[in-house]
Amino acid sequence: MSDVRIMTGNQAAAYGVKLCKVQVVSAYPITPSTSVTETIANWVERGELKAEYVRVESEHSVMTVCVAASTVGARTFTSTSSHGLLYMHEQLHWAAGSRLPIVLACVNRGVGAPWSIFNDQQDSIAQRDTGWIQIYCRDNQEIIDTVIQAYRIAEQVYCPVMVCYDGFVLSHTMMPVEIPDADKVGEFLPPYKPHTILSPEDPRNINPVIFPWQRRDAEGVLRDGYMDMRWKLQHALEGSRNVIVEVCREYAERFGRDHGGMLWTYKADDAEVLLAGMGSIATEATTAADLLREGGIRAGVVGVRVYRPFPRAEVREAFHKAPAIVVFEKDISYGYEGALSADIKAALYGTGIQTPVHNYIAGLGGRDVKANELAEAVRSSLAAIAGGNREQQTWLNCVTEL
Amino acid sequence: MPEKLFKVHKEEYMLPGNRACAGCGLSLAYRYVLKALRENTILTIPASCLTVLHGLYPTTSVAIPSLNCTFASTAASASGLVAGLAAMNRSDITVVAIAGDGGTYDIGIQALSGAAERGTDFIFVCYDNEGYMNTGTQRSSATPMGALTTTTPVLTKQQNKKDMMKIMEGHDIPFLATTSPSFPIDLYDKFVKAKRIKGTRYLQIATPCPPGWVFAPKDTVKIGRLAVETGIVVLYEIENGKFRFTGRSKTLAEKGTRAPVIQFVERQGRFKKMSLEQLGQLQRWVDHKWAECLKRAEV
Repeated sequence: MSDVRIMTGNQAAAYGVKLCKVQVVSAYPITPSTSVTETIANWVERGELKAEYVRVESEHSVMTVCVAASTVGARTFTSTSSHGLLYMHEQLHWAAGSRLPIVLACVNRGVGAPWSIFNDQQDSIAQRDTGWIQIYCRDNQEIIDTVIQAYRIAEQVYCPVMVCYDGFVLSHTMMPVEIPDADKVGEFLPPYKPHTILSPEDPRNINPVIFPWQRRDAEGVLRDGYMDMRWKLQHALEGSRNVIVEVCREYAERFGRDHGGMLWTYKADDAEVLLAGMGSIATEATTAADLLREGGIRAGVVGVRVYRPFPRAEVREAFHKAPAIVVFEKDISYGYEGALSADIKAALYGTGIQTPVHNYIAGLGGRDVKANELAEAVRSSLAAIAGGNREQQTWLNCVTEL
Repeated sequence: MPEKLFKVHKEEYMLPGNRACAGCGLSLAYRYVLKALRENTILTIPASCLTVLHGLYPTTSVAIPSLNCTFASTAASASGLVAGLAAMNRSDITVVAIAGDGGTYDIGIQALSGAAERGTDFIFVCYDNEGYMNTGTQRSSATPMGALTTTTPVLTKQQNKKDMMKIMEGHDIPFLATTSPSFPIDLYDKFVKAKRIKGTRYLQIATPCPPGWVFAPKDTVKIGRLAVETGIVVLYEIENGKFRFTGRSKTLAEKGTRAPVIQFVERQGRFKKMSLEQLGQLQRWVDHKWAECLKRAEV
């Protein structure tokens, strides 16, 4: 019996948390993520979700609570946006370094100065190198499903997972969402088993000072130095690709929805140009591709779902036949280009793929991006590529004169 | 006196061979703190001298489980432990956060205030060595007026110490106490008591620091005692709002035999550039705080 309800992206995230029987939730309000944890607070106070809810005084403390609670064996959750995520930055590193399977819903929003409450993905992209898995959702159904998958992935590879979705565009927009059956979620998601548990029964000093080199413990066993531990985190992230794909596949089998593993494609097989993006801008690109096809240009879309670990092999496979690539993204790595564009190009290096890649920075701070504007951008890029311009960075719908 | 010592728990939780400096006031106090807290305790500690004392991975000098946390997050880490343990149905465990004065008065104050306001069921301990000693003696808001630090290297600290006890008392928590490693039985009793109380408990340990305060490691106990004798450190506890002098400070209050602060100041190199005017200011500040205590004890 399917339970379909009309809900926002934030409600979808909250339902995912409830279904996963999260034990400790900590949060600090920030637009546009606030209603995720308001919804959860309501369930906790009404006794509909048996969880400890810690109403801390800052996002830095939020992630600290998640780290400490996870260390004693509790399944933990939080959500945040923008400056909240930036304020957590130190603790994001600490969570990943501790190898704790914390799940965070990042409701993507631009970062100041100056203040913007509106959507782009600069907040989570700026956390790229913290050691978190990052998954970008394209609609509300994918949000609820991805939260559930995120716990399976996190607790299997002992890495935290950031479930990212666009502020307002998804967080405050309603669509029909099927709520998975709670018992089936219980079967899909076994209880959290910590890799190490902090308890008086087995006293240990977790995360003390560590030297660059290996050292022997009291029994004479050689233990990791700092760098060896860092390699293990990198190895876990690299290895998490298989887990992400497998979890996505198993989820599809059990619940009938496949969100694409590392990335998804749309009309890509015969495409003469591939549009690429993450999150809702990739969804917008599918409409743009249809518009382009109506005009005789065989366009397709590659939606990068998992940004870290980066889908190196899948990107190579997805783009290897395309004569042209146009990347749309809501972030900028200042002094270089869009982060996704740079990563796609890097993934193609050494493969012999010499496809031109054009990069559009779009929708920063909530600036509207319409499908027909994406289509027009693709047309102009194809013309430029035909004229020999293989690489180009363009700020879409933006005044670019001094 | 000997019969009081016999009541101290025999078990040692601070093992031989820790990495504290010679004469470290914290290491003297910590031994008694852990004896009072005993088993069924989980510690959380930020980057500080205590991190160093606990030792380098993969060995440790402390036989109580500890979670290291980032500098600003000690009380939030404790909150997470409390919430996590509650979720795991482990309400038998006492969560204890221990930070230095930097991690308490300065970078840790936000998380501490939040945890105390929420009435988080934990003990927060500040070992106050009056500066950023782990990074090599920089000024903190707990550094006394007239002290040389590496960030007040010429002019000395120009301000009085922050009154952290008052700030914490403003949170209406059930138990606060000050302690000194020079008076271990007083310290031990207060930690035993703190462990029995529910809610947020805040304890300070005034820990002399030989390298930071510039005195010989053999004089740690003496310096700690002089701090109390001069009223620089006042031993007291506040239980459910009721102030009570304890130990040596109680005797000093009853007899009115407090020594002048010069006796404490003159034995430490950190005060060698203190002006007479600053000395007078420090004395007046101590007199004022002492008078406040006397007034509270009468009520």
